[in-house]
Amino acid sequence: MNVSRHDWSLHRKGSIDQQRHKEKVRDAIKKNLADIVSEESIIMSDGQRQIRIPIRSLDQYRFRFDPGRQQQAGQGNGKSKVGDVVARDPQPGKGNGEGEAGEEPGEEYYEAEVGLDELAQLIFEDLSLPNLEEKHQAELETETVRFTDVRKKGPMSNLDKKRTIMENMKRNAASGTPGFHDLQTDDLRFKVWEPTVRYESNAVVIAMMDVSGSMGDFEKYIARSFYFWMVRFLRTKYNNVKIVFISHHTEAKEVTEEEFFHRGESGGTQVSSAYELALEIIKQRFPPQDWNIYPFHFSDGDNLPWDNDRCVQLVNELMQQCNIFGYGEIREGHYRSPSTLMSAYAKIQDQKFISVTISDKREVYPALRKFFTARGDAVPKAP
Amino acid sequence: MSMSINDDELAKLERGIEQAWDLAIAKGFDPFPVNFEVVPATIMYEFGAYGLPGRFSHWTRGKAFYRMKTSYDFGLSKIYELVINTNPSYAFLLENNSVLENTFVAAHVFGHTHFFKHNAYFAHTARNMVDRVSASADRIHKYEFDHGRLEVERFLDAVLAIEEHVDYFTRIKPDSSDPQESSKPLTTPYDDLWDMEQRRKERATEERPATRKIPAEPTKDILLFMAEHAPHLEDWQRDILLIVREEMLYFVPQMQTKIMNEGFASIAHSRIMRDMDLDEGDFMRFATLHTGVLAPSRTHLNPYHLGFTILEDIERRWNAPTAEQIAHGMRPNQGWEKILEVVETENDVSFLRNHLTEELIKDLDLYLYRKEGDEYVIVEKDWRKVRDGIVAQMTNFGYPYLVIDDADYHRNSELYIKHLFEGQEMDLSYAEKTLHYVYQIWGRATHLETVFDGKRVLLSFDGTRNTRQALEES
Repeated sequence: MNVSRHDWSLHRKGSIDQQRHKEKVRDAIKKNLADIVSEESIIMSDGQRQIRIPIRSLDQYRFRFDPGRQQQAGQGNGKSKVGDVVARDPQPGKGNGEGEAGEEPGEEYYEAEVGLDELAQLIFEDLSLPNLEEKHQAELETETVRFTDVRKKGPMSNLDKKRTIMENMKRNAASGTPGFHDLQTDDLRFKVWEPTVRYESNAVVIAMMDVSGSMGDFEKYIARSFYFWMVRFLRTKYNNVKIVFISHHTEAKEVTEEEFFHRGESGGTQVSSAYELALEIIKQRFPPQDWNIYPFHFSDGDNLPWDNDRCVQLVNELMQQCNIFGYGEIREGHYRSPSTLMSAYAKIQDQKFISVTISDKREVYPALRKFFTARGDAVPKAP
Repeated sequence: MSMSINDDELAKLERGIEQAWDLAIAKGFDPFPVNFEVVPATIMYEFGAYGLPGRFSHWTRGKAFYRMKTSYDFGLSKIYELVINTNPSYAFLLENNSVLENTFVAAHVFGHTHFFKHNAYFAHTARNMVDRVSASADRIHKYEFDHGRLEVERFLDAVLAIEEHVDYFTRIKPDSSDPQESSKPLTTPYDDLWDMEQRRKERATEERPATRKIPAEPTKDILLFMAEHAPHLEDWQRDILLIVREEMLYFVPQMQTKIMNEGFASIAHSRIMRDMDLDEGDFMRFATLHTGVLAPSRTHLNPYHLGFTILEDIERRWNAPTAEQIAHGMRPNQGWEKILEVVETENDVSFLRNHLTEELIKDLDLYLYRKEGDEYVIVEKDWRKVRDGIVAQMTNFGYPYLVIDDADYHRNSELYIKHLFEGQEMDLSYAEKTLHYVYQIWGRATHLETVFDGKRVLLSFDGTRNTRQALEES
């Protein structure tokens, strides 16, 4: 019998195979972006850096018994009886009511933990900003400090030692005693800064949403998923991204994010009210020469019929000042034909106008891709 | 970083282990001698995930390794020991366990190596398995060079998905499929050579039956059958099938005897540790460890606890037989001998069937539960049904019993697998996805017959799509 120790410090097999597993997780995420983009745990993850996402394709399938129908054995404390509950499935997050419980017995999946940034990188990998006028637009100026000059007077903390030594040596050499010695006030050199202008890029998203009675939880969720990624994407392209929330029914008002996604109103819909407010806000706070402006509007399209022409006119007006105008129509189920509003927009020819219809959570990702594709290029196919 | 064991502690551990060994022998255990090695947690978890040191690489093992290690890092679970069934055995101890913990583990290990040495189901395991798996790992590594890492990984994905489907009873089956030939009396071992010519002629004139079934008898050894008969595989792929099969066969006895093996090892650690020179504090720590290891659970059977309790019950009953049992010839005080006999001859299925008595099921308060909605509810307390339910779970170590029934289905080399249904339904959506892997290996359409909702169903995959059809009652 003996007890030994060895040096295992170079042993890496487990870590290497684990790395390969991570690669597979990444691939699986890429293949399932359409599902992941609208994953509730992410959209609702308010600022968490690590998120868990379900990945069905990494299950290790095998011939097994149906866990939903199988009887298992357990051990009680002496007083157990038929009908006692021994355990409960963890409750899924609130909201999502779809998917009947027990419909798919034993549905288990592998949950991968990824960073939000890493995920965003995968999602945005081949997206780009619509290639419109943004290059010509002025960027916002910010002041910054740069050392640009050298002078004989200044605070000691800004002393330029190298130049000071050179001045001293030059003077000594001229007076016939070469070398560095005998420093005098006249040798001193100071760095001097100057304020300069740095250009900063800014973007504002004007998020508009119909909150009339016909917009349900599903519609709001879709809009929320879309805006979540849109803001994240714009942040990769601009230094400063602001978002303005406008909710409307027959009247429009600027609201907080919380109100935007959670407050429901009843009544009819007059889309033009939102566009008018958007134009007003642009005029007052976001001059187009300084801002890249991205108005997006989500609605179910049930607009007051006599309002549609006015909307087309306002959209045209908005497009003159903005980089792009997006209209998303959320229609649950495919049974309805396009709305009258969508039909009215069909006439708009401008390249800046982009519209999508979303009727399923999975369509958020294709919609993002449609919006953020360089114009003129074909829409890149989802991987 | 890690609080590695120092030389003093190592010496102390060595002394503890010597004492534990002497006590084991004195108490009637007969273990293989053991070489212990203290390793860092990462190494322990790697061995745990791979089952054996040096085994081939695959991402599923990396995943298991990561999961085990994370759970350890968060303090949720801990592997105490890993023993390799060789003679002498090798056991790995965690370097940042205390000396007491590791002594405890060593005492437990002696129970395992006794079990390896004596249990009939381990009689045929390859005792040089560590060398064999690393030779196999080298070959697989070479295949990666020759055929590409992804190609090999893709094939391993498929094979590992069906790795449980080996036949661990091959040794007790007659080898020859033609009993008439082998029944001819031979006078010398070479006689059959003389009439080979004769027999070849006979065979040629013989009427071949119109439908000669392949395989002649349904075969449980799906891996072996595919390695030998899959029409389109390359040699390296057949080798991988055989490697996975060989390693699975090595693990089968451990899977078949988990409850007995852990129960017996728990008997070993409890009896040895009780008689060690421990101060009061160490004794309390030992008692806490023992209670932790043997803690029962509401949602699964703790093999340590169940095995330990049943074995102690056997000992008690054979030590003090009833008057009726004495009348039938039982002698008192045969408890330890009976334990040794059970350890030698049984596996979990027979162990539970023979020794999980009505009294034990009631004392332990065992039950069966199942999922109803999102709750898990107790559905059975009747002791016979509880016992049978537990035994059913153990049968074929918890996997559906599948056989290849026909390898020329539709006269088209399609593979027909049959689930020998014993009351538990298969997960059909998993089965359909697993059929893709079977197809990948077999190269032709594959079918699986099973029973769902009381009806026979046939799941098929033809390389492009899955189909399900109901079969008529037979």
